[in-house]
Parts: sequence; C-alpha cells; structure tokens
Amino acid sequence: MGLLDQKFENSNIIITSMDNLLNWARLSSLWGMQFGLACCAIEMMATGASHYDTDRFGIFFRGTPRQSDVMIVAGTVTLKMASRIKTLYDQMSEPRYVLSMGSCSNCGGPYWEHGYHVLKGVDRVIPVDVYVPGCPPRPEALIEGLMKLQEKIRNESLAKRKSA
Amino acid sequence: MIPQEIHDAIKTRFADSIIESKLDGVIDPWIKVSPDKIKDIAHYLRDEDSLTFDSLMCLSGIDYTGGKLGVVYHLHSMKWNHKITLKVDVTADNPHCQSVESIWKTANWHEREAYDMFGIMFDGHPDLRRILMPYDWEGHPLRKDFKVPEYYNGMKVPY
Repeated sequence: MGLLDQKFENSNIIITSMDNLLNWARLSSLWGMQFGLACCAIEMMATGASHYDTDRFGIFFRGTPRQSDVMIVAGTVTLKMASRIKTLYDQMSEPRYVLSMGSCSNCGGPYWEHGYHVLKGVDRVIPVDVYVPGCPPRPEALIEGLMKLQEKIRNESLAKRKSA
Repeated sequence: MIPQEIHDAIKTRFADSIIESKLDGVIDPWIKVSPDKIKDIAHYLRDEDSLTFDSLMCLSGIDYTGGKLGVVYHLHSMKWNHKITLKVDVTADNPHCQSVESIWKTANWHEREAYDMFGIMFDGHPDLRRILMPYDWEGHPLRKDFKVPEYYNGMKVPY
C-alpha cells in the first residue's frame, strides 16, 4: 500500500492523479468470489480465516459474481465446470481479475496426461492475471499472488485499459 | 455362514444360474451368476432369513478388455456379519444387466456411475442417466477402447 494513505498530513486535502486514486481504491478492496473447486479451496479458506486473515488487505469473499472483483480459481477445472466458470466470469462486472490458484487450474496439474475430464488450464476459457503455483499452494503463496495482483492493478491506467 | 454355505444356499434355489465361483484362496470369495438372474438372486439373498444381505457395500463396473464387461456386487449382512461377492459378465456388444435398484437403494447411484463410466445398461433402473460426466458427453471414459476427444464444446481437451 502506501500510495495515498501516507499522504494525509495537516489537512484533509490530497492531490493525486485519477489513475492513482482509482487504482488505490481497487487494489485496497479486492473482493473475491466465494467458490472453490477442489483441495486448493481448503487453503483458500485457511487464507481467509483468522490465522492469515485476508480481511486486513480488504480481501474477503462475496457470494455472488456481481459483487466480486477477483475470481480465485481454486482447484481442478473439469470440463463440466469450465462452462460454468465462463458464465460466472461473464457475470462479473469490470474491472475484473482472475487468479489461477494451484497446478490444476494453471495447467491441468496431475491430470495433464490422463485426465480426460480436466481442462488443462483455466486460461483456455478465461483470461488469467496471476498464476500461483503449488499443489496446493500454501496461504503465504496465495497472499503473494494477491499482492502480485495488487501490484498489477497499481500500474494500471485509465488511458491504457487492461487488455483482457 | 461361511462362503461355501452361502454358495450352496444359492445353488439349491438357482442351480443353473451359477456360472462359476471361487471361494477359497481369495480375499473376497465370489460367485459368478448370469445377468438375467441377478435380480432374483439378490432378492433371495436379501430376504432369506439365514442370509439377510441387507447391505450392498459396493457395486462396480469393470472392463476386462476384449469386449468383456462386468459388474461386481459386494454384499454384507449386518445381521449375521458375513460377506459375499457376486459377479456378472456382460459383453460390450450387448451390455445389458438387470438392475438391483429395487432391492438395495444404494445401487441407484452406483449403477448410474457404472453406466456413465462403462456404458453398462441396467434394465429396470428408474433414472439411468450420467452421474459424473456432462449429459452431452460422448462415450464411456473407463472403457479400455475409449479415445479422449480432441475438443469438447469448443474446449481443447489434450494437454
């Protein structure tokens, strides 16, 4: 952080660019979509729970895609689920981000060769911003991924829209 | 009852329905019966007081390769604490077998899974449709001759 919140000194007036303001607002309240697909979801829940407590970054889970900013694809994306994920992604309002969590949703994971039912990477149906490796990734890794996403949002610009 | 006694009990009622059996030297003693008699035999095994197989622990489909499919029923009696395994062979050309859904409700989803994965048709099942794969999926994935499709609904399947 430290983008705007350090700038309040004597008065309540700050001067900044629109980009900075919007990016600061967006990266400070990344609401995640509450859905898990496999064992990665357990780690995701642990990340959201009191021990790692993503609430302190403004990251908590919403029960509907329409109130969500970031979709954490936590687990194995089966072909049956892939079309549902596409629908859920389409229902999210922009700006929207996708974090692919774990080997399965990155590239198929252990199912890459014989998994007749598994989509070999969620980026085949929706654009992905951050990939977090691991099987499953520890909560620290997921938090690192979320911070990478914040980094990405911090460098966005209204003039130059996100390509996805 | 020991497996031999269970075998003999079935033999006296359904003499010509037993195709093969192996009761010694295996972990699960099994009796192979014909697919058009499995329902009657299952009914008898459940309702006969000295047998009382009240629990179908598992129902599995098998592809033995070479066009031979099978169904395996693991039965347990909670009353007498004895077990037996029933087997049924069907062919891939005519994969029909009687449903035991009306005898053990457990069989409902198990038979749907065996149908989904192996294409075994359970005659008399009230709702025989896919349980794991999408409804518009083609083929039965655990068949040995199953080929993974190149695309499913516009999504590339192989790595």
